[in-house]
Amino acid sequence: MEFSELIRTGRAQAELLRGPGAPPLRGTLCVTGHHLLLSPGPQATSDLWLLLLRSVDSIEKRVAGDSGTITLRCKDLRVLQLDIEGVEATLDIARSIEALSSLESVITSFPFFYRPKGLRLGDAWHFHPPEHHYKRVARETNAWRLSEVNEDFSVCPSYPRAVIVPRAVDDDALARSARFRQGGRFPVLSYHHAPSGTVLLRSSQPLTGPQKRRCAEDEELLRAVLAGARPGARGFIVDTRSAQAAKQARMTGGGTEAKAAYPGWKRLHRPMERGRPLQESFVRLVEACGDLEQSMDRWLSRLEGCRWLAHVKEALSTACLAAQGMEREGACILVHGAEGTDSTLLVTSLAQLILDPLSRTMTGFQELVEREWIQAGHPFQLRCAHSAFSHARPKHEAPTFLLFLDCVWQLGRQFPLSLEFGEGLLLALFEHAYASPFGTFLCNSEKERCLCEVRTRTHSLWSGLNQPKEQRKLRNPLYVLNPLAIWPSVEPQSLRLWQGLFLRWTRPPEPSEAAWEKVWQIVTDKEKTEGSQPTVSASEPQP
Amino acid sequence: MEHIRTTKVEQVKLLDRFSTSNKALTGTLYLTATHLLFIDSHQKETWILHHHIASVEKLALTTSGCPLVIQCKNFRIVHFIVPRERDCHDIYNSLLQLSKQAKYEDLYAFSYNPKQNDSERLRGWQLIDLAEEYKRMGVPNSNWQLSDANREYKICETYPRELYVPRIASKPIIVGSSKFRSKGRFPVLSYYHREKEAAVCRCSQPLSGFSARCLEDEHLLQAISKANPVNRYMYVMDTRPKLNAMANRAAGKGYENEDNYSNIRFQFVGIENIHVMRSSLQKLLEVNGTKGLSVNDFYSGLESSGWLRHIKAVMDAAIFLTKVLIEKDWISFGHKFSERCGHLDSDPKEVSPVFTQFLECVWHLTEQFPQAFEFNEAFLLQIHEHIYSCQFGNFLGNCQKEREELKLKEKTYSLWPFLLDDQKKYLNPLYSPKSQAVAVLEPNTVSFNFKFWRNMYHQFDRTLHPRQSVFSIIMNMNEQNKQLENDIKDLESKIKQHKNKQTDGVLTKELLHSVRPESPTLKTSLCFKEQTLLPVNDALRTIEGSNPADNRYSEYAEEFSKSEPAVVSLEYGVARMTC
Repeated sequence: MEFSELIRTGRAQAELLRGPGAPPLRGTLCVTGHHLLLSPGPQATSDLWLLLLRSVDSIEKRVAGDSGTITLRCKDLRVLQLDIEGVEATLDIARSIEALSSLESVITSFPFFYRPKGLRLGDAWHFHPPEHHYKRVARETNAWRLSEVNEDFSVCPSYPRAVIVPRAVDDDALARSARFRQGGRFPVLSYHHAPSGTVLLRSSQPLTGPQKRRCAEDEELLRAVLAGARPGARGFIVDTRSAQAAKQARMTGGGTEAKAAYPGWKRLHRPMERGRPLQESFVRLVEACGDLEQSMDRWLSRLEGCRWLAHVKEALSTACLAAQGMEREGACILVHGAEGTDSTLLVTSLAQLILDPLSRTMTGFQELVEREWIQAGHPFQLRCAHSAFSHARPKHEAPTFLLFLDCVWQLGRQFPLSLEFGEGLLLALFEHAYASPFGTFLCNSEKERCLCEVRTRTHSLWSGLNQPKEQRKLRNPLYVLNPLAIWPSVEPQSLRLWQGLFLRWTRPPEPSEAAWEKVWQIVTDKEKTEGSQPTVSASEPQP
Repeated sequence: MEHIRTTKVEQVKLLDRFSTSNKALTGTLYLTATHLLFIDSHQKETWILHHHIASVEKLALTTSGCPLVIQCKNFRIVHFIVPRERDCHDIYNSLLQLSKQAKYEDLYAFSYNPKQNDSERLRGWQLIDLAEEYKRMGVPNSNWQLSDANREYKICETYPRELYVPRIASKPIIVGSSKFRSKGRFPVLSYYHREKEAAVCRCSQPLSGFSARCLEDEHLLQAISKANPVNRYMYVMDTRPKLNAMANRAAGKGYENEDNYSNIRFQFVGIENIHVMRSSLQKLLEVNGTKGLSVNDFYSGLESSGWLRHIKAVMDAAIFLTKVLIEKDWISFGHKFSERCGHLDSDPKEVSPVFTQFLECVWHLTEQFPQAFEFNEAFLLQIHEHIYSCQFGNFLGNCQKEREELKLKEKTYSLWPFLLDDQKKYLNPLYSPKSQAVAVLEPNTVSFNFKFWRNMYHQFDRTLHPRQSVFSIIMNMNEQNKQLENDIKDLESKIKQHKNKQTDGVLTKELLHSVRPESPTLKTSLCFKEQTLLPVNDALRTIEGSNPADNRYSEYAEEFSKSEPAVVSLEYGVARMTC
């Protein structure tokens, strides 16, 4: 396909307004296949301004006299205004942006053309493979093995090639268990908690259906899990739906594990919001954050009405429950909802962050995102197709990943020294999940990524982020390794709106940024003086 | 003391209102003349000053004992369970008596003795001098002068002796004006902005009723207007909602009639009166005390209490006021508070939410401008604590006159030197005087900048707070940086001395060079790693109380095990603390 067909007009004179704090830019506006460019006149001092078309969420055009105005609302919640000379030019540019920002095809998307300096293709793609995770598990226990039963993605299309399963269960049994689970997502290991010798598993719902079907291999698999853990371990199945919703799912072929069929396992229901209501909650919150004139009461009632913080509390407390079961009760935990690709991943990844000090490091967290979200089959392409501004009816969109990032931010606020990364990394992940020049968040599963050859033809976000020049933005200067579990408070008084994200473009950033700069300076000073301390003592002349 | 019947009760349980119900601390309760003291089995002490107690409540007898709930003015709420009802009753009665002292002489400040001699005490009181303060603002000057009209508190009892008024305002005008103002509080200078030559004055409402006017008062306002030659207009801000002001006219009070005052503009800013504020705060606290509060209830409670709305109103008003009120050095240690404290104008119980509100507004400013204030949150909390503690003389009495009559300066101690002694604790490590060269903060009062101040209203609910403090860590680092730098200087000078002694200078030259922090080879040497001065463990120690049993999410699990009794029950709540 040729992009040139979609570009109605090459260029126009325009002025760009970037919201509070940033000065307006004047120059020549230009639409290319993937970008909107504004190049200021030759005498101007500022650089070229560039916007990835993919990050445009909604576009609004207005014409008056012989000029027009385009308002672009971006997926990262930024609002831009373009004042363009010429009515025809305005309409043409608007139409081009509309067409180009909503292209469906993956292989013509920008990551397949992006070739930054200093990075090599294929770097960091093997940064976090399942084998790497397995090595760590194998060091701690030998009850588990790496299975390649899904080598060609035929057993489960949304799992990666290799998954970690109980050593006692063979590949045939796995395949049969997969047939008993929605989308073939049979129970696999998510995290092994060495201090208590227990495990965290995830799967999708069992297909019990109205006849209450059973599957011997599936039951065997969960029995093997308990047998492989510390002796006498019990198991808990955390179902992210209400008991009633789980029961209703039987009518459509789904359901829950029957009590009698899985001895030693007990079911807990923790209803969590997902899909459409979650997306609506996100949209309403962003709407409320865009209104600068509202009264205090209106703001508080909208904050309450959108229920976003209630979702944060729900997600955190479910994750805490799972983590608590492992750490305190010495129990094995299996998490699933219906499909096992959304709230399930939210719970398992947060529980790891709470329990595992390694996942709170810079690389550990990137590994966690790669393993528990990208490779575990969270459908990023579907969920992040639109952000909060789109007028299109939401189909599969849901800000599950954003909810995860928000929960991580809350953890970081309550334990400001325990995470090696800072708010900057979370903001970057949010941006890149919705629109990115890197290939990491493309497609819905490993299978699709293989088909599109994402790994060989695009750059990995991780290699982009791990460049030395990015570090200061992403790291937490105050990090100290904390070997303990971090139990957050989930009282409403302790949870706060993530202003750095939701109000990022509406409030002036200077004071708080300057404060962080100062923190960095103090830390660097400390390192400097500390670094010289031993040398002073070492070089002190001996009497 | 005659009120105390029982001084010691053993086997008392202390419940934490935010953690799971079956985890309680057991210890001994002591009652002294000034404090209620609880020492738990870990030897941790909880001190409660009698003056802090806002209410004591005895709940219905339970199987484990008699519950006693004490609410404090600093928002601490403690819930004891006393095994014997008799003891509980004795303590209850004693506390009721002790917490409500009728006479000033019974207050703690008059018996508190921090072992200072008289000159130290005097210096403490002189630490903040209002005349000095006005001098800093550039007053007196050609337009403003010190008036001795109130020398004997004849004109206005609630004003201090020294007052600054326009130079052209004569004594008869002042006296005349004061008769026209409620409680004689005629317009006086409160703050003078030197660069802009703008003044902020304050006064009480005029006794205008429906038609009365007062020529002297009009003259005085004219004089004030003339004392600000730069501005053509003068603004009179009425902090009440217009409706309240109109209602007051029926009682012979009211507001200035615009027709009688030229070049003056009137503005109502709609800050509610103290009674509305008090009930608003009351509501807020009720909502927050609820156990198992949901996010939605929290926000609807926050909304219906209207507390943040009032805070926003106050801030909006302050911004309108001059947009220049809050100047850099105005905020530096202690100054601002002296101003306010010196003029607290009504009974502490009455004024309470207003002062709390003032502190909260300052806190919101510190949140928006993390580098602009020299002090930190702990400082604000500490001041709030002492407004009610009656431990120091600063906040006693209703006005300067009363304070002199009480001989506070001879009989009690001033709070400021104590805060200054502990200065390190209250310093903001991020404070940078340079970054605020503009001097004037322009706070953003869009609604979403106002947050619930958890550290104030839940100061004592340990489990609700972040488990690690950025502030203390940065403060430590700053401290250590300074110390290390000094060490380096020290050692450098030592080496210099050695160099002078030694005839062969080559070796030491090398050494001197190696002292430089940039020296890359030595920087990486690990041999001295063991000796690092940094208490790295501090960071770990600050994770106190990070325990799942502290948090509410465990209760859900209990509910589940209850609803399905066939299965082994989960006893999350009793999990022991191990970290």
